[in-house]
Amino acid sequence: MRKVTVLAVAALLGVSAGCGGDDDAGANEKLVVYSGREEELVEPLFDRFEQETGIDVEVRYGDSAELAATIAEEGDNSPADVFFAQDPGSLGAVEREGLLAKLPQAALDRVPARFRDPDGHWVGTSGRSRVIAYNTDALTDDEVPDSIFDLTDPKWKGKIGIAPTNASFQAFVSAMLLELGEERTRAWLEGLKANDPKRYEKNLPVVEAVAVGEIELGLVNHYYLYLAKEENPDAAVANHFLTGEDPGALVSVAGAAILETAEHADAAQHFVEFLLSDASQRFYVDEAEEAEYPLVAGIDAKAGLPPLDSLQGPQIELDDLGPELEKTLELLNEVGFTT
Amino acid sequence: MSRTRAPAALAVPAIAAVALVVLPLAYLVLRAAGGGVDAFEVLGRPGTLTLVGKTLALVAAVTGTAVLLGLPLAWLVARTDLPARRLFAVATPLPLVIPSYVAALALLGAFGPRGLLQQLLEPLGVERLPEIYGFVGAWLALTLSTYPYVFLLAGAALRGLDPALEDAARGLGRSRWGVFRRVTLPALRPSLGAASLLVALYTLSDFGAVSLMQYNALTRSIYLQYRSLFDRTPAAVLALVLVALAAALLVLEERSRRGVRASARGAERPPTTIPLGAWRWPAFSFCAAVVTFFLVVPLTVLVYWTVRGVELGHGIAFAWEAALSSVSASALAAVIAIVAVLPVALLAERYPARWTRALERLAYTGNALPGIVIALSLVFFAANYLTPLYQTLALLVFAYIVRFFPQALAGVESALHAVHPRIEEAARSLGHGPLRVLATVTVPLIRRGLLAGAALVFLNAMKELPATLLLRPIGFETLATEIWKYTALGSYSRAAPPALLLILVSAPFVYLLAARRGSDVSAPG
Repeated sequence: MRKVTVLAVAALLGVSAGCGGDDDAGANEKLVVYSGREEELVEPLFDRFEQETGIDVEVRYGDSAELAATIAEEGDNSPADVFFAQDPGSLGAVEREGLLAKLPQAALDRVPARFRDPDGHWVGTSGRSRVIAYNTDALTDDEVPDSIFDLTDPKWKGKIGIAPTNASFQAFVSAMLLELGEERTRAWLEGLKANDPKRYEKNLPVVEAVAVGEIELGLVNHYYLYLAKEENPDAAVANHFLTGEDPGALVSVAGAAILETAEHADAAQHFVEFLLSDASQRFYVDEAEEAEYPLVAGIDAKAGLPPLDSLQGPQIELDDLGPELEKTLELLNEVGFTT
Repeated sequence: MSRTRAPAALAVPAIAAVALVVLPLAYLVLRAAGGGVDAFEVLGRPGTLTLVGKTLALVAAVTGTAVLLGLPLAWLVARTDLPARRLFAVATPLPLVIPSYVAALALLGAFGPRGLLQQLLEPLGVERLPEIYGFVGAWLALTLSTYPYVFLLAGAALRGLDPALEDAARGLGRSRWGVFRRVTLPALRPSLGAASLLVALYTLSDFGAVSLMQYNALTRSIYLQYRSLFDRTPAAVLALVLVALAAALLVLEERSRRGVRASARGAERPPTTIPLGAWRWPAFSFCAAVVTFFLVVPLTVLVYWTVRGVELGHGIAFAWEAALSSVSASALAAVIAIVAVLPVALLAERYPARWTRALERLAYTGNALPGIVIALSLVFFAANYLTPLYQTLALLVFAYIVRFFPQALAGVESALHAVHPRIEEAARSLGHGPLRVLATVTVPLIRRGLLAGAALVFLNAMKELPATLLLRPIGFETLATEIWKYTALGSYSRAAPPALLLILVSAPFVYLLAARRGSDVSAPG
């Protein structure tokens, strides 16, 4: 018992020594960001902002949806100034709680209207397209379907991978519902179901399964290809982009918002402008390993990616995807994708 | 047995402790009630009943397997001349510290499609392994995480068992098996009950393993409500279903306990070592098989990923600072939790009344809740009513205690149950005050249970993720958050080193807390 006590005391001392810098006695301005975007992907942006402005950035990393729920629970007492989220759904959820401030028009205008909240409460900061990832040993680019409607062809039976419980797949189905209505969406889902698609928890395992030939096609976001290649440079997988208004070509965004209760509102505004600056947008092209699309006009995507303007996708408002989700889940449940 | 009224000095801290532990329940009721009658619509959905059924099937399978593995392992390690038993004493409970999502990832890496095993068997023409996704995978991953509960608690009880009883039964001509069945097993009953309860509650609350293995348990739909729909009301209602299931299990366990009375535990004497004879090596093979499957296999996969990371040029950076943070916060939580459960356990065991038993049962119910629910409830209370404490280390440690209070309680209680109150009464009759009796008689007698309970809290806190993410001070990295940082990206090669470190730094604590045999523990006082 005595040894345990000694250990505990030592531990206590260690912790108090380790966290001595907790009380921000420094005169530096501060900014608190809740980031649903992964540390590995966005930390350089925070570092650069600190260097440029001298503002201390404190970042709480977590899952976007869980952080959205956290902000909702915190209510007016949220310590967060900025919410930097993976998807419009998380941003929209906080918006519906009435906790987001309106962003300055100048910041909003940096990105095309389809990549921001029509009410101006959040703005997209980088984009991603839905694609069909395919196994390059089994197929050539020409053999990959150009529309998701071709995926119900029996020749793909057992060869398709999806992540139906993942937010990105659900957003795509929501977009389909908004654009084509319930009847056609249900028919497509049932057709897909009849083809026995393999189900995975997330996008990346889908891409990995494609790479090893467990399946031939996977419905995923474009940038998982780069993450998979990072893990295994020889992975036999490539992206096939869909064209036109095919729902399978949905372009969605990660985005940022400022909280109504932000204690450091000026720094927060500064930060959102920083994210939309040419230099930060170029970060997605030149440095970030996952090759997302920059959204600001005049900055081209990473070499090898089709230009953002060429990606149309369904003609819907991203902010409408969140409210549509309940219907989507019900539909997925009825067709038998989530049980 | 004396039926005196519970002293206030015990009742007040016990009630206070349980009141804090049930905060998450209060939060759920608040959220569910806020949604009005509509909130309960989710209960009527046809899928909900299936979810309950699937969840219960998993609970039954995992609990059964955990007992079938944990009990013989505990007996072999604690009581026999098993070869290499010191090694087994440390290795057997160690899988407990592997976060269930890492356990699931590692099992998939080993036995999944195109996993290590299949790559090994490929030259032999094996193209497909039996499907691991679904029930089987969830069952294996959760058994890995939970059989150590049975091992640790039954082990503590076996070490504390008075050998005089077994000797007497042997003297009366009972066979070894007869002694085990008629003497040892009944004496283990409280610790087995407590351990099974913890296993069942863990299975109810787990999300990591069931989501990766794609088994549709209740927690998956709770997470779905939070993550996809951002709707906290149906999530709260579904979480209350988990609480109801937990309550049913708690009542069941309490009923089954009735009439079981502890054997009087007498003077301190190390338990006798039973020679296995011809069974030594078969027994060794059994232990080795379990440790291989549940510890060596995950470790191999983690090492394989680490090596692949080095090949890819990631390098290995061991997060020692995060390790220190993990150990510090977890050790603090373990020590405080043990102190906090003492009054609850003493009250329930020494002053059995309807309300003291109910209080004790209540302390367990929150354990069925997934981490995110507990985390959000503490976010709610702390952000709004305890603002200065919000997102401090103190609150994080408090969250660990709330989450793992039942683990500590189970350890202390099962040990307390094995000490006959008459021993304490004798000390009292010699004129010692209750506190002095507690310090000089009771605590030394139950120290193995205290240590086992502390070990359970410590190992669980080491791997805790959801509450850590939301409640830690900004910049406070633990090994669990380090692992998450990379698994969230799908970068297993970079998640593996912190996972290995987590197992590595936990091993000495397992040894200190739970692996030493009776004679190694320094004599009390």
